[in-house]
Amino acid sequence: MSKNDEVILLDFWASPFAMRVKIALAEKGIKFEAREEDIMAGKSELLLNSNPLHKKVPVLLHYGKPICESAIIVSYIDEVWPFPALLPTCYYARAQARFWADFVDKKVGFHPYYSETFLNLLPTCYYARTQARFWADFVDKKLFDGGCGIWRNNGDALELGKKEFIEILQVLEGALGGDFFGGDNFGFVDTIAIPHASWFYAYEQFGGFKVEDACPKLSAWIERCLKRDSVAKSLPDPSKVYEFLCMFRKMNGLD
Amino acid sequence: MAGSDVKLLGAWQSPFVMRARIALNLKSVEYEFLEEKFGSKSDLLLKSNPVYKKIPVLLHHNRPICESLIIVQYVDETWTSGPSILPSDPYDCAIERFWAAYVDDKFFPSLFGIAKAESEEKKAEAIEQTKEMVVLLENAFKECSKGGEFFGGERIGFLDIALGSVVGWVRAVESMTGFQLSDKETTPGFARWAERFCTHEAVKEVMPGTETLIEFGKMALSNLPPTN
Repeated sequence: MSKNDEVILLDFWASPFAMRVKIALAEKGIKFEAREEDIMAGKSELLLNSNPLHKKVPVLLHYGKPICESAIIVSYIDEVWPFPALLPTCYYARAQARFWADFVDKKVGFHPYYSETFLNLLPTCYYARTQARFWADFVDKKLFDGGCGIWRNNGDALELGKKEFIEILQVLEGALGGDFFGGDNFGFVDTIAIPHASWFYAYEQFGGFKVEDACPKLSAWIERCLKRDSVAKSLPDPSKVYEFLCMFRKMNGLD
Repeated sequence: MAGSDVKLLGAWQSPFVMRARIALNLKSVEYEFLEEKFGSKSDLLLKSNPVYKKIPVLLHHNRPICESLIIVQYVDETWTSGPSILPSDPYDCAIERFWAAYVDDKFFPSLFGIAKAESEEKKAEAIEQTKEMVVLLENAFKECSKGGEFFGGERIGFLDIALGSVVGWVRAVESMTGFQLSDKETTPGFARWAERFCTHEAVKEVMPGTETLIEFGKMALSNLPPTN
């Protein structure tokens, strides 16, 4: 394998955003090299050159070309390595559409019922992809910052943060389509959302609550995801995340 | 059939709504535009977008699609007979999505920060910050356009729509403050692109004039905060 075939991930062990990429690559069976950034020692030359605008992990380097922003990286991975699909692919819907077009051609001539049927298959599938993008975007906008409202605060501000965080979880729980967000199969939204669960133990400790009590369905989804190899090997031990955040809180005079 | 049941909840002055309209125009999709009244939210909006309660919302066969860039992607995938909006190459796609996210997360807030600044000092800071961002977008234009007229190359694409939708407001802010955020000397690529974008077939009828936006901006700042 030449140097340019390498898939390199600029990583930080506690970053839920980097975890998303690791899960996506693992789901697709792609071998990659994870290079840990030492956020205490300072950012590497490679990181600063690859992501000059934001200077943040994760960055995926594919054929030496950088891709930044975790949800964009996961979409890229899904497009370059299509199987197994994270976003619904519409291959089935397209195949069904072709079948019916062929049927109409051979057997029926133009029949309004059948054309309506096959024309409606594609929008249904694209709608499913769109809903997946919507909920991944919701997770991106709300979940991490919602958690910050807990671990970056104390006293009344922490209590308010906890209330808002639980509300966000309840909205997210309402979007569960089945065993996973898209239904029966682990997919795009699951990949984007599950890394944040590695920080939940810390939030529970700081906030004095349990995700399981507030959102039992979401809690069950977390357990299901953790049984997958791709997730189990990409997420850190939650107690290590807790220690890490305790250190941050001490450094900022919160404890 | 695909185009017979398409409605868009929106408002003429919203750059986010404009994105959806440009995408629908590019694909020649006929749609019913349901104008939301400024300062209030209709029952249909609240029912269709219970999570954010914001425009735009696209209703296709009565199914709601929310968030402007997600709507643009949905339009691109669903109406395949029109020109493609996102590039076919995954890397080019990732680059356009990266800059579109930058527009939403950094550029828009900085631009509107100029209008909302509470002191002359803060306004000057916001102007400087926004000007620096335009320089970055100029560089992005060179990278993405590959010598073409638009970020999408020879034709309008995803990033053109994401950024171009705010050009009307850039001009309004320039007029209101007397400061140029981009010009033909420091950011010539951006300035020329903005001109071409605003006069494009799919854009010109939905891009409000600068004077109209200034009037709206003054009214909005003195009354309620904008719905977006």
